Formats: sequence, structure tokens, C-alpha cells
Amino acid sequence: MIRKTPLHGRHLTAGARLVEFAGWEMPQHYTSVREESAAVRTSAGLFDVSHMGRLALTGEGAAEFLQSMVTGDLARLPENQAQYTLMCRPDGGIVDDLVVYRGREWSVVVNAANRQKDFAWLRERAPAGVEVLDRTDEVALLALQGPSACALAVRLGFHQAGSLPRFGIGEGVLAGEPIVASRTGYTGEDGLELFVAPNAAPHLWDCLLELGVQPCGLAARDVCRLEAGLRLYGSDMDEETNPYEVGLGWTVRLDKGPFCGREALLRLREAPSRQLVGLRGEGQTIPRPGAAVEREGDRVGAVTSGTYSFWLGYGIGMASVVRGSVEVGADVQVASHRRSGRATVVQLPFYRRPAAAKP
Amino acid sequence: MPKRFYTETHEWVALDGEVATIGITDYAQAKLGDVVFLDLPQPGRELAAGEVLGAVESVKAASDIYTPVAGTVVEVNQDLTSAPEKVNQDPYGDGWLVKLRVAGALPELLDEERYGALIREAEA
Repeated sequence: MIRKTPLHGRHLTAGARLVEFAGWEMPQHYTSVREESAAVRTSAGLFDVSHMGRLALTGEGAAEFLQSMVTGDLARLPENQAQYTLMCRPDGGIVDDLVVYRGREWSVVVNAANRQKDFAWLRERAPAGVEVLDRTDEVALLALQGPSACALAVRLGFHQAGSLPRFGIGEGVLAGEPIVASRTGYTGEDGLELFVAPNAAPHLWDCLLELGVQPCGLAARDVCRLEAGLRLYGSDMDEETNPYEVGLGWTVRLDKGPFCGREALLRLREAPSRQLVGLRGEGQTIPRPGAAVEREGDRVGAVTSGTYSFWLGYGIGMASVVRGSVEVGADVQVASHRRSGRATVVQLPFYRRPAAAKP
Repeated sequence: MPKRFYTETHEWVALDGEVATIGITDYAQAKLGDVVFLDLPQPGRELAAGEVLGAVESVKAASDIYTPVAGTVVEVNQDLTSAPEKVNQDPYGDGWLVKLRVAGALPELLDEERYGALIREAEA
């Protein structure tokens, strides 16, 4: 049975092309990726991300338990702040990437496709007294992303939007509806993610659209995150990859004390065999997931994510390659639709938002 | 406007005399998402019915396009080079792909009603 978010009716009204994603019927696009991704970069776009998994950890010892399960150091996470981090297996393979919230309670936002896996992973390891709760159906999640996102939230009554620090969490009222907001997102742009009661979500949606916010689908979300060099679980990483192979070593705090995967990660840090690189397609080349990457006739790896960026005007992708096999500026061949295309290895991210837009 | 016929691979064809205009359907463009590049044949190229006519590359994927009818390419929609989004915006109008001078008998194609039923089935 395919699942629908509290905003499903709004997607139909807005003329969305719906697709199945991780068991949910979600908008692929409303108008076009070109328009939607441009709105995120120049003004504001609104994404329904209610399919993302929301898990809460309650009880005595919840903080310590979570600290033992993620790679980041939660002891350094102040109240009302969120942190991007990973959960790893004992062998260092990545279980999921997630955002930990230290709000009124400890909670995490995880990938939709991993919700059940993560829930079981945490629940099986939770000590007596710590409860893991799946709150996905109890709250809707909207991502308001773009340089005008905070100003629009202020206009609708969420006055602290602009003063929230990056990854900060705040409670307030938006368009008359109580919300919890975080200055987070998956687009490389300034913005907020809004946690709201399911029955209040449509009203919030309507009020934001009335202010001219562009509804955006999963296709634009994928383009924006790739432009920003943000990894996607299931494409750029999985349980067979460790953080050091995908450029996420910065999320691992080996000095924080014991946590699941630490012993293996201590070893893996020394000699990662692969690395994730950025590829810029030359001419009409669009790197496509799964395409072989060759350098001077030798296969060095494969594309993990790829699409066309209207904002940049060329094809972009990430590829997992043998460590040291290519350097920034190197010319590579990527297998393309019935031909071979040229690409250049570039530094990630492809897009960095202008400094002025930073909080 | 001549009547349109459709294929199971989501191309459309409209016959005006012996010239067939070919494009991809509205369903196909919506499914593909934003079209980015088109790979179309040169005028003069001879094609058999069902042969690969070219390819459409969208943000999502690259897909082959098959010619519903046999013939010789007489015109290619040059506007699409600078404005591929026309395929999304107006798939049955300005977003046409190529015109062929039809050769031989027409194969069996789907009419509006049968193609509509096929789409409903695919979407169910």
C-alpha cells in the first residue's frame, strides 16, 4: 500500500507529476526542474519532505545511547541545535546519514528508505529505559529553501527565523500554526525545515504559496543537493562504504569515546581505498548513475549520482573512484547513452551559495 | 490539424499528405521531466518503422525514440537545440521532433482512445 503525506491533496491541486519514492507517492515536479531549482537559488522553494523518517529517543540515558550510535560528538551539541552525522555498523559501513536534533527531546531525521531499518537498528540496541519512537506519522515536514526563506517565515509570524543560527532549532508560530523549525536543508541554500502537525500542514502550504513560494518536487531536490555536493544515501554511500571513502570523515569524531563502528573506523581512516569526486560533464555529457569512469582507457570507478544542472549549465555528477587515480582537473571518459562522453574532475561542491546569504 | 496516432513506446505521429510529423507524447515528457538535449537524425536519413530515430536526454534519463513509420527525414526541429524545454511545454505542437516523407504502408498504430487506455493502465 503506497503511503501519502498530509499534503497529497495539495500536490494534486498544484498539478504535480507524482512518482513512487521509498513507498510514498511524492511529487517529482510541479512545473519543471528548471523553474523549481531556479526558485530555490533566487527566491524560495517549498518541498514536502514528510516522507522522511522522524524518530524520537526518550527516557533516562537517551543522550548517552544516541552518542554511542552516531559518529558525531553529541556532547558538544548545545540545546536547540541540530547536527548532521552518520550511524555506522561495527565494521564501519554506513547504516544511514541523519540529522540529530537536540530539542525538547532527542530526535533524528533519517532517510525515508531507511526509516524501518534505522528504527530497528536503534531499538535493538537501546538499553533498558530508553525508548525509540517512530513519530513519522505524527508530524509533517516541509522544507522552505532559498535566499528569501527566512524573510518569508518572518512575514508569516515566525519572527526568530532570521536570528536562528545555522542548524539552530526554534519553536514559534507560522501562519497561526505552532511549529518547530530548524535552519537546515538539503539544497545548499539558506532555509528552514518546518515541523508541523499533519492537519496544519495544508494551511501552512497554502499561506507560503500565496506569498509566491514555488512548490518543488523530488527532482529539483536531487539537482539542488547534487549542486551543493551533498551525498545521497543509497546512491553515493551504503552499508558497503565507510565515511572516509565518501568524503564524510569530517563527521567522525574518533576522540569522543566509544561508539558503534569506532574500532573499525580507526583502522579504515588510515587507508581508504576509494574516494568520491565531482564530475563536470563536457559538451552534452551528463554523468549517469552506474556509468563507468575511465581514465586513459583504464576503468577507475563509477558514477554514483548524476544529473543536469540548469543553474550551472552543464551535467554534474559524483563518482566513486580508486583513491588517487584522478586529480582535480583530470579528463575522464564516462559511459553515456550509446556513446562515451567527456568529463572533468572538479572540486566538490559544484555550487556554494553567495556569502551574503549566509546567516 | 491532422489526426494523431500513437505508439506503445510513447511517440506520436500526425500524417499530412505523405509527410509525417513525429514527437513524444505528453505522458512521455511528464515522465522524463525536463528535456535537456536531443539527439536527432540528419535530413536525408532513411529509417524503417520501429527503428531508433534518436534520443531524448532529460534531467532524469536518456531514452531512445523510435519512428512509428518508415520514411526519409525531411526536416528536424532546429528550435529544440536552443529551447529543448519546448518538448515539455508543447509536446504536440512546437515540441515536435522530426518530419519524415513516409515510405511504404503504414503500420498499425494506436488511436487516441487506445493510447489513453494504455496510459491509464500504466499509471494504475
